[in-house]
Parts: sequence; structure tokens; C-alpha cells
Amino acid sequence: MKNQQAANRPDNTAFTQQRLPAWQPMLSAHVVIPGFLLIGMAFIGIGVALYITSQNIQVLEADYTGTGQYTNCSECANMQTTPCICNVTFSLTTLFTAPVFLYYGLSNYYQNYRKYGVSRDDVQLWGDPTRSPADACAPYQYIDSKPIAPCGSIANSMFNDTFSLYQIINGTKKEVPLDGKGIAWWTDYNIKFRNPTQGSLQDAFNGTMKPVNWSKPAYELDLGDPNNNGFLNQDFLVWMRTAALPDFRKLYRRITGGDYALGLPPGDYVLQIEYNYAVKDFGRKKVVLSNVTWMGGKNEFLGIAYLVVGSLCIVMSVVMLVVYAKYKFADENA
Amino acid sequence: MDFSALRNLISRYCTGEENWVDSRTVYIGHREPPPGTEAYIPQRFPDNRIVSSKYTFWNFVPKNLFEQFRRVANFYFLIIFLVQLIIDTPTSPVTSGLPLFFVITVTAIKQGYEDWLRHKADNAVNQCPVHIIQHGKVVRKQSRKLRVGDVVLVKEDETFPSDLILLSTSRDDGTCFVTTASLDGESSHKTYYAVQDTKSFNTEKEVDMLRATIECEQPQPDLYKFVGRINIYQDRDEPIARPLGSENLLLRGATLKNTEFVYAVAIYTGMESKMALNYQSKSQKRSAVEKSMNAFLVVYLCILISKALINTTLKYVWQSNPNRDEPWYNGKTDHERQRHVMIRAFTDFLAFMVLFNYIIPVSMYVTVEMQKFLGSYFITWDDEMFDEELGEGALVNTSDLNEELGQVEYVFTDKTGTLTENNMEFIECCVDGHVYVPHAICNGQILSGSSGIDMIDSSPGPDGKEREELFFRALCLCHTVQVKEEETVDGIKRGIHQGKATSFYISSSPDEVALVEGMKRLGFTYLRLKDNHMEILNREDEVERFELLEVLNFDSVRRRMSVIVRSSSGHLYLFCKGADSSIFPRVISGKVDRVRARVEHNAVEGLRTLCVAYKALSQEEYHNMCQLLDSAKLALQDRDRKLAEAYDLIERDLVLLGATAVEDRLQEKAADTIESLHKAGMKVWVLTGDKMETAAATCYASKLFRRSTQILELTTKRTEEQSLHDVLFELGRTVLRQHDSLTHDTFSGLSSEFQDYGLIIDGATLSAVMKPAQDDSSGNYREIFLEICRNCSAVLCCRMAPLQKAQIVKLIKASKEHPITLAVGDGANDVSMILEAHVGIGIMGKEGRQAARNSDYAIPKFKHLKKMLLVHGHYYYIRIAELVQYFFYKNVCFIFPQFLYQFFCGFSQQPLYDTAYLTLYNISFTSLPILLYSLIEQHISMDILKRDPSLYRDIAKNCLLRWRIFIYWTFLGLFDSMVFFFGAYFLFDNTTFTSNGQLMTTNTQMIFGNWTFGTLVFTVLVFTVTLKLALDTHYWTWINHFVVWGSLLFYVVFSLLWGGVIWPFLNYQRMYYVFVQMLSSGPAWLGIGLLVIISLLPDVLKKVLCRALWPTSTERIQRLKADGVFQRVLPQGHDSLLDPPQCTTET
Repeated sequence: MKNQQAANRPDNTAFTQQRLPAWQPMLSAHVVIPGFLLIGMAFIGIGVALYITSQNIQVLEADYTGTGQYTNCSECANMQTTPCICNVTFSLTTLFTAPVFLYYGLSNYYQNYRKYGVSRDDVQLWGDPTRSPADACAPYQYIDSKPIAPCGSIANSMFNDTFSLYQIINGTKKEVPLDGKGIAWWTDYNIKFRNPTQGSLQDAFNGTMKPVNWSKPAYELDLGDPNNNGFLNQDFLVWMRTAALPDFRKLYRRITGGDYALGLPPGDYVLQIEYNYAVKDFGRKKVVLSNVTWMGGKNEFLGIAYLVVGSLCIVMSVVMLVVYAKYKFADENA
Repeated sequence: MDFSALRNLISRYCTGEENWVDSRTVYIGHREPPPGTEAYIPQRFPDNRIVSSKYTFWNFVPKNLFEQFRRVANFYFLIIFLVQLIIDTPTSPVTSGLPLFFVITVTAIKQGYEDWLRHKADNAVNQCPVHIIQHGKVVRKQSRKLRVGDVVLVKEDETFPSDLILLSTSRDDGTCFVTTASLDGESSHKTYYAVQDTKSFNTEKEVDMLRATIECEQPQPDLYKFVGRINIYQDRDEPIARPLGSENLLLRGATLKNTEFVYAVAIYTGMESKMALNYQSKSQKRSAVEKSMNAFLVVYLCILISKALINTTLKYVWQSNPNRDEPWYNGKTDHERQRHVMIRAFTDFLAFMVLFNYIIPVSMYVTVEMQKFLGSYFITWDDEMFDEELGEGALVNTSDLNEELGQVEYVFTDKTGTLTENNMEFIECCVDGHVYVPHAICNGQILSGSSGIDMIDSSPGPDGKEREELFFRALCLCHTVQVKEEETVDGIKRGIHQGKATSFYISSSPDEVALVEGMKRLGFTYLRLKDNHMEILNREDEVERFELLEVLNFDSVRRRMSVIVRSSSGHLYLFCKGADSSIFPRVISGKVDRVRARVEHNAVEGLRTLCVAYKALSQEEYHNMCQLLDSAKLALQDRDRKLAEAYDLIERDLVLLGATAVEDRLQEKAADTIESLHKAGMKVWVLTGDKMETAAATCYASKLFRRSTQILELTTKRTEEQSLHDVLFELGRTVLRQHDSLTHDTFSGLSSEFQDYGLIIDGATLSAVMKPAQDDSSGNYREIFLEICRNCSAVLCCRMAPLQKAQIVKLIKASKEHPITLAVGDGANDVSMILEAHVGIGIMGKEGRQAARNSDYAIPKFKHLKKMLLVHGHYYYIRIAELVQYFFYKNVCFIFPQFLYQFFCGFSQQPLYDTAYLTLYNISFTSLPILLYSLIEQHISMDILKRDPSLYRDIAKNCLLRWRIFIYWTFLGLFDSMVFFFGAYFLFDNTTFTSNGQLMTTNTQMIFGNWTFGTLVFTVLVFTVTLKLALDTHYWTWINHFVVWGSLLFYVVFSLLWGGVIWPFLNYQRMYYVFVQMLSSGPAWLGIGLLVIISLLPDVLKKVLCRALWPTSTERIQRLKADGVFQRVLPQGHDSLLDPPQCTTET
């Protein structure tokens, strides 16, 4: 009888009796008001730092769509013949400190269309150009039942304007060396994308077709550098990382070397553009020069947001203090 | 044999309905009756296999799937999954398939396991051996092979293999003892009787000779009802018909006791046995929370559909520009171009539905179910609800209603056995107005051995002496008490120290035991029932023997019982005892007035009174009665009604002997419990079958009525004087006047200041009130009655029939506020109200386990109700309320950014998050913290909840799930998701949100794509949502820390892993290194921190301000506790929680 009772009796442990030792915090004014103050102050500090840093970033933008209010490259906008070369000139009054990056930017360009975003074949890009491409690549899957390499809309629509930058020194153009290495993710270049390893690149792509819009096959993307071809072309990799929003920038080149290691000195410059890419029907394109700091590119939002939230916190803590004092006061009075 | 098979066939074709008639004919031993009688029509009965399992090995998968997909939620997700399979949708079918699969699998495993256990149990039962008599021999067979009509030999302590009709027993008198503990929990031994004509059979041979058929009703689940008839064929004669009743029916599952063996014939086998019929579960009760949940779900479904519609419409508006519909860089296939625009629009709509479907949380149902299932263990584990005496703790029969315990507004309680101990003590008896008290009672302890009588009034004369002895004999004879000679049962037992050292009286009614014992102390000892003779030891130590001729059993409608006995001198008597209301109208002589006065006096003292009457019968009268009874007993149809009529005819023209008084003490802490329930804002109603005065006394004792309570009576006594109409209106006016003048005060919830009303109503008046109105003038009695009740803090309903109890509960349930009701009771007569109320609680009492079996929760004692409601109910409610709200909130946060993203991706249904994130968000990243919260959160400590019942008011009326709060949570979700999305948007937009990549390569600046954007939003989302829960948690045990921080860590580790490997089974590698790259960017860290804080700020702010400006009493207590100033009395406190004496005990 006794044993049976003991067996029926529930375990008397802290857990079963819901009496586990516990920390019981409470969002009371004592904790929250100083907390808000602290957060507010910290945020204002961070915000100021971010804002100042962001202010120090130099950005130079030029729209070169050639239509509308911007007249850069207007001569190319309506021309049917390609390539069309046009120039954008600008002058710097102060040193554009290194590291300087050259971007192109597209707006109203939906790289995040769902169908667009999946229109690629990651297996093919992993070094197998001759495999039959994934169905997602359609309608850029086959041409005459030969697989397109690289297949799909993304690859097909690769940005193909080219830029070269010259400094005008005493009327003569001095080319600013543009570094196209390392503009893509390291992992993309080294792991996620691969070229076929057997034989020459051209042989490996034998039996495939170039994308419809490309003027050159994949293995001839960069004639100057044999290692920058096929699926491992840096510009291609950058393009393949589809942008999140319809207005986006992509990195084109870095200015690192030679006489420009410290940045672009003051002076006149001309940016020579080979105008190929047609966006004027729906959007615009631009070219951007910018430098970066520890916190990335120019981003006033972050700094301002920190400042706003920080000051809100402080205001709130004051409000709470007032409310709390009043409440307490009433409390003691009654 | 061939013939019978043929006939069988014919009969099945010709008399197709034969199997469906209301009665069945059983051929004992499968022997045909002699020719010339009815045609032998073998009916087909199921075999004796018990199948409690739902599935077999083969049908488990389809059947279980079918069962599961019958649930709306599962079906919805199945549809989504199928849509994803069929049309080209933004997310892979995996995202909804995997959670669905997970949910289905978990449920299937749980159900499969339970079913496997049932299979095991079934097999054990079905294969246990039974002894069947075949051709005069005993054959061992497996239980499942037993057929209807088989004669079975059952030995002592064996369990009956099916429902059996008792033919003969090893005892000469043809009785056997049975305990039905496994059926209804009553461990007392019940006597069953063999059929008179067969009780002499003692060997297999004899039994095998028997030719008889049994006609009986088709099986029905009522354990206590059975009617049938046995036709015994003896050579050539007309068959002898005998009635069969439930006293002849041995139920499957019951156990034979104290009887060497019995022969019995199987009539209901397998799934038709009464036990199996009782397996079928009761009606499903749904909690208020579940209803709110479903309402919210509908809202979300509407939101989902409107979102999809809006996006589809906008998509086509936006796409009217061909450059947007099909820009050159995003060519369509020819197939896509050719598709009709309507079809495209429809598939787009479906695709949006799929994209946003996660707003309906698939895992909410699983989580809620797990929460309920696991959470209910805390009730069974609770040591404070463990009763030493019973050796049992609380039982949870359904975990669906845990949170409903926190919502109770009306408590309906039984009196006897619930409020009181049901531990009867004989106090006094009154014979013709002379009062006898067993004198040896001191401090409630009976000093055994000393028996004597204290006569309070003057001694009666010699005539009185005779009456007195008749009275004592009546009480010794008019009962169904058994004498148990050993101590093996836990039933109602008291030692009788007469002759054998250990003998006990056992009865299903504690009153009877108390009475018989009282008689013993007054000198008349009931010894035993032997050979139909009751033996009494009288004062002179002589044994008197009375032949027991008939027992007219007690029932709660008649409220009396009778026996007819023949004394050794040949005189015939009918003794009747019962409630005064049912005896007095039937009495023609006796000192009615004096007895009535005494009865009323006792009732006011809170004693239970019974009246005793008798009638001497002539031989002829007895004969008539026998005929009356026999014909009623033999009836196959309407036997109960006919019996009642017969009883009514027999039990009349009685001579009143006297009355008894038995005390039933209040249960321990009953008053305290009732007081707590009152303070918690619950209205307590006592529903009892007892007399008004007794019940009222109990109510005063249990503090249901206080001295200050103004009692309103609505009883037969009053309605006799005035018409019901007038009484009702008068009471209504009284109450309402009070109410009106105090409406402005009631706002504060103060009950002590204005007049407290208590209402007493009796069964008869109640049925008059409930009677549907005949004309307009008498119209709305019901409404007026309800109005009165609403304004009374306590109501006592006495003289209630069991069904009336349920009626009352139903009436309140259906009243316009739809309050949540709780019924608590211990006896079979409470079952109807337990089933009717929103929450039914059974007390594991002395009147068997029926109430506990039919209840949703069973507790050992009434006092445990306090903890059950005030602590467990409160906890479960706040836990599940948070669970439900949080689930909707986190899914709004999850899906709304995806909706917003559509505006920036050309409404192309581009998912914002990766497939893995979409899939795992609900089932792993954010599931455990909320589950754990909903299991162990304690916003306030248990002791405070118990000490301050008024805290219960804080959660009354489902207040945490009101629309206002739901909308708050939804807007919080919307706000947060806007912060996530636009925060990330501004970080990305127009500027380069980049990584300077110091970690990866030197001095590179790389651009992030859309997956990084989604991952950033998702990371903020997971952190915000988890931290929001962390902010809501008031009770941080190590498990909380482990789970909350653990699941955040899990998210990070998972993301690292998911992005860290090229997964060969995926045909895309879009997440490769995305997470690491994101983390290598300084602005990402800053952005995540900022956005998380912005999302959490408003909620924190709201909480702090609300707490300071409009604190609930719960929050005040929390603050007091946090401040450590429990001793300090808060001013303007209107709640008991702030009473100084109660607060000082806190350490």
C-alpha cells in the first residue's frame, strides 16, 4: 500500500512543481529610464561617428543614359550603331583619396525579377559549360539545340558598357590604370564559379553557343588577361550577383595602382565610355566614383538613423521620468 | 449443421431486418429450443475481440493521413503544397512541404505510438484464456474466440471476458460479489444474482443440459441499465420466462470476488460489451482561447487573400507598360507569352498566396497542442494537489481546456461529497418526536463498545417502546448495505466489532452505512443477509430473522427506497425511507407534525435528514404488489417507467415512524476555497439534491452566504403564497434597485460595500421558471431570473434532479454574456452538469468514480480547486494567450517584408528569404523559445496568486485575447516588419551597402545582392522576434536562457553552415557565403543592432508607460515584489492583495 502510494505520488522536484529558481526581471522604470538614457547616448555617439565618416566620403556621379535632362552621351543614345564611344568629363579640385572605386549604376532595372533571378544554372557555372542547361534558363537555354554557355537571362543581359578613365594633363590624356581584379566575391571567384579544367578554354566551350546578346563568347571576354575569361570573368561574376533593388550599383573597377595609389589628384579627367547597353526605354544608367571608409561606402542613413533613435531614446527617458515622477507623486499623495 | 447454415442464409435474405430489431435472442450454449417454439434464427454477433486501437498495420498510413487532413489547418497547407507542386511558384514546394511533413510526422508518430500501446493492450486482453463449457466439458479458449451464447466458467478474481448473464454460482443463494473498480472505480463489492431457475446448477453437465433463450435489448452503453428475459424450456412445457435486470448482468471488465466460481452466458461480446461501448469518447469541448484563435486565423486568412489580390492587381496595372512586363533583359518563353491573361492572373494570384502563406502559422497548431499536452503534466505532477488519503493526485482527462481554467466565471458545485466530506456520522434519530442520540460521541470520536441511548425527551410509554423498536428494525432492514468480512477493499468501511474482529459495512451510499452503524450503537446490529434472510441482533442479543421479499431500490428521482420483509412470525412489512419531501405526502398517520418540526430543526443545523415510514401488509396486498412488480420487471420496453409507476402504487398510505439525522462535515478548507473563488470574481452556485435548510446551513458554514448576505428566496413555500410572477418581479426589483444606485460604484469592482445578495431556489420553482412561456404576460421569467442571478454573488439551488443541474448550467451558458462555467461534483448525479459545463471537474469521491471519469479534470478534494483555477488556470491562460498572440505577431513580422518587397521587384513574387529560412523559421529558429515560454512562464509567483485571488480578475473575460490586444500585436508586427524592410532598404538603396571585406581579401569592396538583402532582413527578424519574447519573459530559469540564446546561436550556426558549403543536392547555390560576407561588413552589424533596437523600443515604451499609468493589479504586485516593499500597503488599493495582514507574510 505504501509503495503504491509512493509510486502514484508525483516527483517532488523543482521542475515538476514549477519552482525552478529563476531570475525575474521586470521592465520597471528603474531599469528602463537609465537604460534608455544609456542607449540614447551610445547611439548618438555612434551616429555622430557614422555621420562624420559618411560626410568624408567623396562621391562623384554622372548619368550617361543620354536622354532627358542629362546630356552626357546623348549622341550615343539614339545611335543604332555599336560601339559608340562617348566621353564624360569632370574635374577634381581636391584629392579624391584612395581607395577609389568606379561603379556603374542602373536604375529601374529589375535584377530581382523572380524569373530573371532564377534564370541561371549554377551547375553549369561550376565548370560544366556543355551540360544541358537547367530549364530555368529558358528562353536562353538553347540555340539550335546547342546549349548556351552561360545560359539564362542574367548572363544574357550582362552589362557590356566599358569605361576607361584618363586624366588630362596639359591637354594630353593619361590613362588611369583600372584594376579589375578582386571586384567579385572571393568565394565566387575561387569556389562557386569554375572554368572547365581540361584543355584550353575554347575547347571546353566547344559545342556551346554564346548568349544571344553577347558579342563575344565567354572565353573571349577579356582578351587582355587569359585568366579573366569563361565563367571566371570578374565583371561576369559581379553581374551574376543579382541586385536586391531596382536601383543598384555594381563595382566596375578599382583605382589602386601606379601614380594613383593615393587617389585621384586634382585635375581634369575624362571618362571614355563604350556605349552598348540599352536601358533608355525603362531606366537610366550612370557611372560613379567613390571611396570607402571602415564603414563602407557613403551611407548617411545609418548615421542619421542612429542619431534620431538616440535622441528619441533620450526624449523618451525624459518623458518616462516625468510620467513616473507624477505617478509616484500621485501614489504617495493618495 | 448444414441446415442451420442454409436457414441462416434464408433468414438473412428473407428477414433482412431481423438483425436490426431492438432486441436480440441468444441461444444458450447454441442449442436450439425444442421444436414448436419460435424459429431458430441465429443472429450474427461480433466475436469477442476488443479493438480499442484505431489503426491496423495496413491502414495506418492512409487512415491516419485522412484523419489528419480532415483538420482545416493541415488541409490548408496540403493545398498550398499541391499548388506549389503544380504551378510555377516562387518558393519551392519544400518550404511548405517540409513543415507540413514535420507536423504530420510528429502527429503520426504520436498517434502511432499510442495506437501501438492500444494494440498491445488489446492483444493481451484478446488472448487471455477463458473457460467455455462445451458438451459438458470445460474448454480453454482465447478470449477473442468467445461467442454470444457460450457458457463461460469464471473463477474467483478473474475478470469477466464479456457481458454475461449469471446462471449459477458456487454460493447456494445464487449470488456472487463483483467489484467494478475498473469500470467505474467503485471498489465496493456489489451483489449480483443468478437466474432463479438455474441457480442450482453446480456442474458443467447440468449447465450443459440447459435449454433456454435470452431475449434482451441490443447493447447500449449505460452501465447500470439492462432489461431482458430468459425463457427456460423444460420438457414439453411452455417455457418459463424470468425477468433479467442489471442485477443479473455481469459486465466485462468487472472482477469476481468472494465467490469460488460462476457459470454465465455471454450475451454482449467484444465491441458490443458495455465497457467497449463506453470507450467512445465524449463530446469535444472547445476553449474560449481556441475560439479566439480561430477568429484571428480567419482575419489572417482575409489579410492573406487581400494581400494576394492587391499584389495581383497591382502587378497587372504596373505591367501595362510592356517595358515592365517584358523588358529585353528578362525575356519570356513563347509558352508564357501565349498563355491567356486570365490564367496568368490566376496563377499569379496563387503564386502570391503561396508566397504569403506563411502568415498562417503552420506550426501554431502543433505548438498549441504540444503546449497543452505537455503543460497538463504540471497539473498531474502538482504535489499540492496530491491527496495522501486517496494516494492520488489530480488527473487530466483532456488537456484541451487547460487555459479555460483561468477563465471561469461561474462555478457550479455539488454539495454532498464536494463541499462536504460525504463522511457520514449518525447524529440522532427521532421516533414519534422522541429524540435519541447515541451518547458516546465526544469530539466527534465514537467511543466504541459503549452503546446506549440518551433520550432527550421524556421516555415513551410501552406503546412508544414498540414503535421505537419498529423504527430501529426498519432502519436495520431498509437498506442495501453489505457486510464485508475482511479488509481488502478501500470502499466505505467501518469495523463492527461483533463476533468476527474485522467486519465492515459496505454500501454505495455512505448515509446507509452511517444509519446502520447508528442503529448498532442503539442496540440493533445488522448481521448479514443469508439465504434471503436478513439477520438482526437485537438488544437482548437474540438474532431476529426477516425474509427479504422485495427491494425497491433507491433512485434519485423518487428519493426513497423500500423493502418488503416477512418477519419470523409471518407478518409482512413494507419499510420505506427517504427524503422528507418524498415521504410526508405518502404518510397517512403518525406524528407528522412533531417529526416534521424535528426534521426542520435538524436541517437548519446542516444535518442530512431521512424519514422512515412503514406499512403492515396483508398477504393479499403483498400478492398484488408482487404481481405489480413482476409485470413491471418483465416488461422489455419502458421497464423503468413501469417500475416507477409500480413503486408509486406500492409506496403509499404509509405510517410515519420517525426521522434520522446524519451529519456530513464540510471538507477541509472548503470555506477558504469558496471565499477565494468569490474574491476571484467567480460566482459560486451550489446545486444540490438536499433539503433547502440543510443546504443553506452548509452554505453558511462554507461562507458562501455571509452574515451580511441578504437572502432572496425563490422557493415553493413562497410561490405558494404569491404567484411566481409576483415573486420574481419583486425580487427583480429589489436587486435592480440596488444595482442601479450602485452602478457607479461597481465600476471599481468593490463587492464589500454594497449589499451582497444570495439566492435560494428549489427544483420545483426552477422548473416553473424554466417552463417555456405560455403567454406574453408570464413571458420572460427566464430573463428576470437570469437578471436576478447575475446580481447575486451566491446562488443555492436545492432539491435538484441531476438533469436540472445540467439545465441550470445550460441556462447560464446560454445567457447573453456567455460566461465560462465550471461544474464540480463527485457523484453520478453530477455527471450531466459536468458534461454540460465548459469545464467539468470531478472530485474523486466516495460515490464512485463516475464523475471523475466523465470530467475534464479530476481532483481529490474540493480545496484543490483553488490551486487548479487560481494558479494553474491563471498560468495556462497567460501562457497560451501569449503563445497565440506571439505566433501571429512573429508571422506578420516574417511575411510582411516579403509583401513589401513585391513593390520593389515588379510584383514578380520574388521571395525575400532563402528557401531554408522560409522553411525553418517557424519550425526551428523561433519555435522553441515560445514553446518553452508557454510551458514555464510565471508572470507572478505561485504563492501570490494563491494568496490574492483577486488577481484572477485581471485575466477575466479572455482579456488577453481581446481584439484590441490582437490588433496591437498585429500592428506591432507591421511596424517591426516595416522597420526590418525599410531599414534594410535604406541601407542598400542609393548607396553602396558594402563590405570592405577586410576579412576575406584585402581591400576589396564588394556589392551585395538580393540574397544578402533578404538575409539581413531575416537576421534582424529572428533576433527581434526572439528578443521580444525575451522581454516578455518574467521567469528566467536556466532552461529559458538555454533555449532563447540557444536558438539564436542555432540560427547563426545554421546560417554559417548553410552558406558555408556547396550543397550538392541543391541546384542553386545562392546562399553560398552570403551570411559570412554580410557579417564581414561593419554597417551590417551596425544596421542589425539599430533595427533590432528600433523594433523593440515601442513595445518597451508601451509596457513601461502602461505599467506606470494604468497598472493592473498584477503589475502592481509585480512592482511591489520587485521593490521588495511587500509590507508597505499601497494606498487606494481596492484589492485584497493590498491588505496588510496578507502582505506581511511574504519573505
